[in-house]
Amino acid sequence: MKKSALLAAVCVPAFLAAAPLAAKTLVYCSEGSPENFYPGVNTTGTSFDASTQIYSRVVEFERGGTQVQPGLAEKWDISEDGKVYTFHLRKGVKWHSNKNFKPTRDMNADDIVFMFERQWKQDNPYFKVTSPNHSYFDDMGMPKLLKSVEKVDPYTVKVTLNQPEAPFLADLAMEFAAVQSKEYADAMLKAGTPEKIDQEPIGTGPFYLVQYQKDATIRYKAFPEYYGGKAKIDDLVFAITPDASVRWAKLQKGECHVMPYPNPADLEAMKKDPNVTVLEQAGLNVGYLAYNTQKKPFDDVRVRKALNMAMNKKAIVDAVYLSSGVPAKNPIPPSMWSYNDAVKDDPFDPEAAKKLLAEAGYPNGFETDLWAMPVQRPYNPNGKRVAELMQADLAKIGVKAEIKTYEWGEYRKRLQAGESQMGQMGWTGDNGDPDNFLHTLLGCDSAKGVSGSNIAKFCYKPFDDLVTKAKVTSDQKQRTELYKQAQVIFKEQAPWFTVAHAVQLKPVRKEVVDFKLSPFGRHTFYGVDIKGK
Amino acid sequence: MTAQTVQTPGVAAPSAPPHPLREFWGYFSANRGAVAGLFVILGVILVALFADLIAPHSPYLTDTTVALKPPFWQEGGSLSYPLGTDAIGRDILSRLIYGSRLSLLIGVIVVSISIVLGTVLGLVAGFARGVTEIAIMRVMDIVLTMPSLLLAIVVVAVLGPGLINSMLAVALVILPHYVRLARAAVITETSKDYVTAARVSGAGTIRLMFREVLPNCTAPLIVQASLGISTAILDAAALGFLGLGAQPPSPEWGTMLADAREFVLRAWWVVTFPGLAILITVLAFNLLGDGLRDALDPKLKR
Amino acid sequence: MLRFILTRLSLIIPTFIGITLVAFFLIRLVPGDPIETMAGERGIDAARHEQLKKDFGLDRPLIVQYGYYIERVLHGDLGKSIVTRETVLNEFQSLFPATVELALCAIIFALLVGIPAGIIAAVRRNSIFDHGVMGISLTGYSMPIFWWGLILILLFSVQLGWTPVSGRIDVLYYIEPVTGFLLIDSWFSEDEGAFLSAVGHLILPTIVLGTQPLATIARMTRSAMLEVLGEDYIRTAKAKGLSRFRVIFLHALRNALIPVVTVIGLQIGVLFTGAILTETIFSWPGIGKWLIEAIFRRDYPVLQGGLLLVGAIVMSVNLLVDLTYGFINPRIRHNR
Repeated sequence: MKKSALLAAVCVPAFLAAAPLAAKTLVYCSEGSPENFYPGVNTTGTSFDASTQIYSRVVEFERGGTQVQPGLAEKWDISEDGKVYTFHLRKGVKWHSNKNFKPTRDMNADDIVFMFERQWKQDNPYFKVTSPNHSYFDDMGMPKLLKSVEKVDPYTVKVTLNQPEAPFLADLAMEFAAVQSKEYADAMLKAGTPEKIDQEPIGTGPFYLVQYQKDATIRYKAFPEYYGGKAKIDDLVFAITPDASVRWAKLQKGECHVMPYPNPADLEAMKKDPNVTVLEQAGLNVGYLAYNTQKKPFDDVRVRKALNMAMNKKAIVDAVYLSSGVPAKNPIPPSMWSYNDAVKDDPFDPEAAKKLLAEAGYPNGFETDLWAMPVQRPYNPNGKRVAELMQADLAKIGVKAEIKTYEWGEYRKRLQAGESQMGQMGWTGDNGDPDNFLHTLLGCDSAKGVSGSNIAKFCYKPFDDLVTKAKVTSDQKQRTELYKQAQVIFKEQAPWFTVAHAVQLKPVRKEVVDFKLSPFGRHTFYGVDIKGK
Repeated sequence: MTAQTVQTPGVAAPSAPPHPLREFWGYFSANRGAVAGLFVILGVILVALFADLIAPHSPYLTDTTVALKPPFWQEGGSLSYPLGTDAIGRDILSRLIYGSRLSLLIGVIVVSISIVLGTVLGLVAGFARGVTEIAIMRVMDIVLTMPSLLLAIVVVAVLGPGLINSMLAVALVILPHYVRLARAAVITETSKDYVTAARVSGAGTIRLMFREVLPNCTAPLIVQASLGISTAILDAAALGFLGLGAQPPSPEWGTMLADAREFVLRAWWVVTFPGLAILITVLAFNLLGDGLRDALDPKLKR
Repeated sequence: MLRFILTRLSLIIPTFIGITLVAFFLIRLVPGDPIETMAGERGIDAARHEQLKKDFGLDRPLIVQYGYYIERVLHGDLGKSIVTRETVLNEFQSLFPATVELALCAIIFALLVGIPAGIIAAVRRNSIFDHGVMGISLTGYSMPIFWWGLILILLFSVQLGWTPVSGRIDVLYYIEPVTGFLLIDSWFSEDEGAFLSAVGHLILPTIVLGTQPLATIARMTRSAMLEVLGEDYIRTAKAKGLSRFRVIFLHALRNALIPVVTVIGLQIGVLFTGAILTETIFSWPGIGKWLIEAIFRRDYPVLQGGLLLVGAIVMSVNLLVDLTYGFINPRIRHNR
């Protein structure tokens, strides 16, 4: 190592000058490579995590909460009828720069309008760039909701809606509404490489992208001119580590500071490790097994009830989720408003189940299929293992279940088409509203056709009336009442065997200061600090 | 081996050339590794046959109260689960015992498929020559060009994951070796006098193929088959490990490993034993194959 | 000689066409819909689905799609990943060096250990050393390497803490990829620790990937050596009173290495297969892992492009080996 010795000799003065302030680097062991850096077309948390550090939105969720607070818009006015939103933008917000592009102007109304139009107007030159499938924009009903988006002056944008929509502001704080630079977009379009803006992104967020190596690392540096002030850490590194046990091994060794999605099996050791804190937060999700209520024998509520009693929920949660989940009795998670804690879960009682099954005309049980999730999701860490346990329990009351699975896209498509008799599924909430669970997953609307999210094909009028009424009611107290009743009916009708609500668990090293869990499962590192070693 | 076999040499006339089988056994038994391999294989076969009697538990019986129990010699382990239990409380030893059935089945079926298909294709290519030969051999070249596991994965992706499909995929991937072997044998054999003699005496091609040539290239095929079984077991386990082979709750060893991967830091035994089982079985077949080759290959007989 | 080269080359074309056919049609047979896969649990409505299908050109007849595909391939365009929308060629280029680096290290490791072991085993035939080498190499040959990797991690990374668990280099070192080979890039970087870190990360994957080639090379060297040592000219050399060392290394080894060289060339397919498993276990950002992920995501263009490129590489290496062998050994040339 002669070379470096020489180098050291030459550089000693420089080193002395720079020595006192070593860069603060935070390493996050992420679970996979992002698809790209444009959240407007992505649906996975992995991609959102990678891009959320770079961009800002018109409004933002508060750190670690669901409250909406000012972002690129300093303040806003909402018209009396709730249809017109006027956003007053912050002045002097700087864009990042990279080797392709040096911004000449600050963020302004053009950029906000571009954010909407790119996802909304099919004739926008960027509509199809990277992907024309703006899933969240469409899912939140934006194309139907938006009437016009106008630039009033360089720092004022007026958005007019077709009808009032209470969650509109919250929608704009979601990842899909990240604001990109119109100037950069124009420049790249001119250069003939429009997709560059999604691969070498430029934003106004707290960190700028330095380097992305697929399947290896994403490197960011703190953006000194960020409008909220420079981040407390200097460098942020995502070390892409798909294997959960490996992530844990790295965290133990201090090779990374924060890791998502721990193996349930490792939690015990994590909680014992003196260098690690395990942060916990109830997630907005549910994992369930849906009975196809339009197929024999599950069109009979007694059969559904019997099976609910035959499966040992606690054992499943203990064995598969371990401490990363709590048994579920309602279709909505306990942390959500209107959760009906008075509902009693079906007891685990194989004898009663057998009796009920005999009453329904199946004294010797029957044969059925049991679809197991092919992928790992927070609300279901191991679909196959859950299925194996269910299969074993069902065998005890004479029900022979054959485990089936398909590749993930195929799996969901077939479930939605109603091919299964029993199928595992789950849901993570988007905006914290019970409607997003009860109506979306169990209403009659989504039971129709071959692509609705209601895979139990559950269409029961008394239930549907309640959730439909709650959808158009604006008084939250009234809505709460309606949803509570709906949950009672849900339990009586038992279209699902509710398995568990996953708890969000984040092992974090002790030197990390002020990392906050996001109820939406994001990992944001602005405001996080790291103590010297 | 019983006493009878030991006595037979005395019965045979010393002057007569030794019976080919006996000669073979002489060479084979001199190779201690091969004999050890043979005994291990016999052991695995016995275990597979009598799995119902030997296994202390059902391989599918779950009991979450005893999940992840260590093997008996470690603290917390017990003799009722000698090699410990997996994540949902199934006895690992019992699963390994039942898994031996699957592995043997995989080995035998895969090799049978590829031997039968491969020999036929090889014989056809060797006899037909011309376009047929070129076509067959080109296709085999393509199969050989693709990295074997990658091709197997794609085939499984087409057929859907599962035990049967993974066997088909592996059979396809190892097929070219048999085709080449059979073709080469045919080409060598057909140039020999006895084939020419048979041809002159009016034997048909089919008859020539199966009655005259095939018996003369069985030796290399047998060697290749025994080595092929080990490849098949390994490849099928690799597919299982990637989640594309036999599906849970089936106790196939590779699938067990895949299932156990997340516990690697917490419970070493769920990862270690299935892998050892694969290693030992594959090693035994390789030893046997080596021994067979040495015993059957005249070049090495000194 | 020229004729030999030409025949070999002419065989390449049908094989290559075959590979494109396999890459294209086999993958179309894979059930599953990339558009559905992209949508996750959210689903996608029918109209949008149709539109996307059109945008990706998936609505045209297969044979037409194949035609377009071949045309684009001939222009060096392998399409774009459905998932990331990055060109397949770019992704390949960014990941390929990692695989090559690993594969080269593995084969060098296999040679450095395998050839000497094979020679000594042959020279001391039937000694304990010989039996040991043969036993160990047969074990290595029988090794399920996906398990071997896990066990090594368990032992060296977790229990002993000697080696890092996964990845190519400690993330704290920021290396600008110039060649893509981290060993080279880190050597020329100013960070002294970077190179050591890169080496440290390579050790276990190298051993895991090198195990099977090592076993093959050791066995091959031994049997080739044995054969050569039995030849007349070696006996003559011995009889002339040349030193044992000279006989073995100057006369025997040179001839024994010819078949060994071919075996090395033919290991490339084995290495790719091994790389798929090794990369999966060690989170190594290379081609193997990339292709496996593409299968699970139904990323047609990546799979097609990947299979094509990998096929082409294996084919070229095989051709090279063939030609080299033809040069070394004239008998082969005239046989065809």
